[in-house]
Amino acid sequence: MSNHLNPSDVKAYTRREFVKSSALFASAALTVPAFVQSSAFALPRPMMGLSSIAGVDEDKILVVVQLSGGNDGLNTLVPFGDDAYQRVRPRIALQANEILALERNGGLGLHGAMGGFKELYDEGMCAIVQGVGYPNPNRSHFASMDIWHTADTTGTGDGWLGKYVDSQCCGYGSGTPGSKNTANQDPPPPPIAIGKTAPLALHGRTMMPVAIEKADMYQWTGDKLGDDLKDEYHKLIKANDEAAQHEGAEDNHSFLVRTAMDAQVSSKKIRQAVDEQSLVQYPNSSLASQLSMIASMIRAGLPTRVFYVSHGSFDTHANQGGLQGTHARLLQQVSDAVGAFYKDLKAQGNEGRVLTSCFSEFGRRVGQNGSGGTDHGTAAPMFLFGPMVKPGLHARYPSLTNLDNGDLKYTVDFRQVYAEILDGWLSAKSSDVLGRGYKHLRVLKKS
Amino acid sequence: MPAQGTQPKKRKAVTRTTDSIAAIKKEKFGYTEARHLLLRAGFGGTDEQIRTLAKWGPEKAVDHLVDYDQIPGQAATADAFKSDIIRPLSREERQRVNRARQTGDEDTLAQYRTERQRRQREDRRQMREIQRDWLTRMVQTPKPLEEKMTLFWHGHFATSFRIVEDSYHMYAQNRMLRGNAMGNFGSLLRGIIRDPAMLRYLNNNQNRKDSPNENLGRELLELFSLGEGNYTERDIKEAARTLTGFTYEDDSFRFNKTQHDQGMKYVLGVQGNIDGNSLVSAILNQEACALFICFKLYKFFVRDIPMDLSALDMGTRKAILQLAQLFRANNYEIKPVMRKLLLSRHFYDPINMGTKIKSPSELLIGSVRSLKVPVRDIGIMYDAMELMGQSLFMPPSVKGWDGGRSWINTSTMFVRQNTLIYLLTGALPTRPLFMKDQQNFDAMALVPSLNTPDDSDPSDEQIVRELASLTIGDADDETIGSVIRGSIGEGTMQDQDAVVRALVMLTSMPGYQLC
Repeated sequence: MSNHLNPSDVKAYTRREFVKSSALFASAALTVPAFVQSSAFALPRPMMGLSSIAGVDEDKILVVVQLSGGNDGLNTLVPFGDDAYQRVRPRIALQANEILALERNGGLGLHGAMGGFKELYDEGMCAIVQGVGYPNPNRSHFASMDIWHTADTTGTGDGWLGKYVDSQCCGYGSGTPGSKNTANQDPPPPPIAIGKTAPLALHGRTMMPVAIEKADMYQWTGDKLGDDLKDEYHKLIKANDEAAQHEGAEDNHSFLVRTAMDAQVSSKKIRQAVDEQSLVQYPNSSLASQLSMIASMIRAGLPTRVFYVSHGSFDTHANQGGLQGTHARLLQQVSDAVGAFYKDLKAQGNEGRVLTSCFSEFGRRVGQNGSGGTDHGTAAPMFLFGPMVKPGLHARYPSLTNLDNGDLKYTVDFRQVYAEILDGWLSAKSSDVLGRGYKHLRVLKKS
Repeated sequence: MPAQGTQPKKRKAVTRTTDSIAAIKKEKFGYTEARHLLLRAGFGGTDEQIRTLAKWGPEKAVDHLVDYDQIPGQAATADAFKSDIIRPLSREERQRVNRARQTGDEDTLAQYRTERQRRQREDRRQMREIQRDWLTRMVQTPKPLEEKMTLFWHGHFATSFRIVEDSYHMYAQNRMLRGNAMGNFGSLLRGIIRDPAMLRYLNNNQNRKDSPNENLGRELLELFSLGEGNYTERDIKEAARTLTGFTYEDDSFRFNKTQHDQGMKYVLGVQGNIDGNSLVSAILNQEACALFICFKLYKFFVRDIPMDLSALDMGTRKAILQLAQLFRANNYEIKPVMRKLLLSRHFYDPINMGTKIKSPSELLIGSVRSLKVPVRDIGIMYDAMELMGQSLFMPPSVKGWDGGRSWINTSTMFVRQNTLIYLLTGALPTRPLFMKDQQNFDAMALVPSLNTPDDSDPSDEQIVRELASLTIGDADDETIGSVIRGSIGEGTMQDQDAVVRALVMLTSMPGYQLC
């Protein structure tokens, strides 16, 4: 029989647990529901210095930035000094004066539009992992994205961050069916995706990720349909919640009441957070507004540990351009948005709490195609940001001449980076989450 | 009128349940029970439909739902959709592409690429049509259990368009599941290992004798028939070998003999040069199979329970074991098991009534069918289901939908409430046009006391109580009072706007998420 826990057994939602864990903070617990307040440690509080309190990892946050459509890695981290690069990309290759050279790395640089990344790189807040991929690369957008999301080369199963949440709250991840006995802590709050729906990466067995497209849509429509209706509804939910709390009931109805109450309070909190003026000016792009929303939520003290955003489309089959053009514009949007995000976090004093990881489902082919674009390829660089990263370049740049059917051969499996993030940042057990152990790519500083 | 059993709030965890799967007595089968039956074996119903079933009594009511092939229904939409949007290249086309690759003829390649992309766009459009077609069917069908069973098998044999990328194959699979939904489980298994969508989804088209791909073999045992722990790793490897060469060509199953492993295999205690057919027979011979499927039926139709006998209370355990026994005794015919289950006293135990979290489809289809709200825009309804986590033809993984509490978090709670508000009023979170779009919704018709021949005037409380019983069951005085205050406005409750506001509030209550 399957060992999957019955959701109704999940500790996450039991009234008893809630009451127990909040007994110490009873006054707060009665007014602030679980969604908003994970524990006393996570109350809003700017962190001093770069690292978090030793032994307390509850304030560590992961932000995943997905570049959808297959980002052209070769024109992102550009081997402009390589003759092979110039030869196979006559129309779209960048020249030495069009790149932002990386110190002590002759012949390699960032696309000229990526000033934001370059600045973070120079400040020691950016790690670049070269040649990231996986065996038997799949060139379908959906399939390859699913592979990255599930950390499984068949692309089936739960999302890796969903499995991470499961492993934290219920003692099981992908490979090791656990039992309730191994559950050792309160569950983390559900991950938040900015967008209409949450990506596969966030889907696990125990809780649905929260998807918020816009703060004003994360709200009960009834609020706008009349003051009496609004007042009575909110009062009634609150009364129901108090009654359920008083009874200590753990049935489905109490669970639903609790969630409705959480929704009510967190909606207000998130809308207030987002309404507040950011500490820095963000550029005008959808990714920038998504990241600014996340920064606001972090600033407001939401205990969420995993956030997810995507930007696209990087599927540049035609006329992708060089220093100017479609690809340059996309790269600039990402780079400026992430740059502003860290400025904001710094102004909040929260930059030490936030690791950002940026990936795409695949890179593109080495040679340009007949339409001044590039077709689906394989390996590409991955970027990690934050003061906790070991800055600089990691792993090897794949050879541009020793190819696999016109494609780069990957030098690092992306799951080696996931393992590092899981063990080194999220304090999880990566082998539980990923189904097996992977050799860590040491891209984070030892905490 | 209802209803004990519809107010779960007051109920403490019950550890003892009616164990008997003997049939419920006619005199115990009233409005509440009929409502429960219709919610679970269908998508709920109107006050009138519930009364009819209650009058018929349990035997006739269950027979009516289960023997749905007796009901004249929608004709099969046999060729409503195009089968050749996605098609393999012809030999000639393949040769042209290969030549272009060799000579570096980028123009020709670009032409084929553009054509492929056009077809993929067209296919995604057709997929949306197929998704809406199924939703419409669920809304309109006179045989709700047929669609409910099809949905159950879709979640059981979960297959996603995201990977299959051929809408017609998804559609064909859906028809196969519907055709066998209340038939024989062995036929379903034999159908699914020949189903092009499934063969593609679990990579069995790449399962060849010299390089076996275990994906389908593994899920066939783990998720489709036996459950984890009831087979060995060796069984998986051997099962995969029996399925080598099971592939598809265009829209049909094809047994590729040259890729089939003709060697001796040893799987689940059976030895020989066996293929997928004999594998299915070997699976059906395992006792674990009947138990596993009964567990899943129970979880879907009755209550969310752990898939572990030892974790169950005695009554539930006995009920499931008895159903499994019946399933085997009937050679894996599904209908006798469903009939027994839906008639059983256990099914109507208080622990099983009004306590299950509605799936997104149960919530939305059920609201349309029972409140008679207009669908307004089937596209918005589909999108809402996606936001709630149930995108038809795109289950999140081969494990299907977990259901139960995993449907619910703060964002899906808002989507659930707001979609109901949309159906009732036409208002969207970003476009609150309350009362602007009600031409098709007769809210007053839902209040029985406003529709009786005698001309007595029902009180405001009476009206709200009737609306409550239709949506959340019996409600306490506090709730009734609050709903009246929230919705009455300047006049009385005998007013379309007031009734709609009351429904907005009632369907937003946590209790409305339960069935």
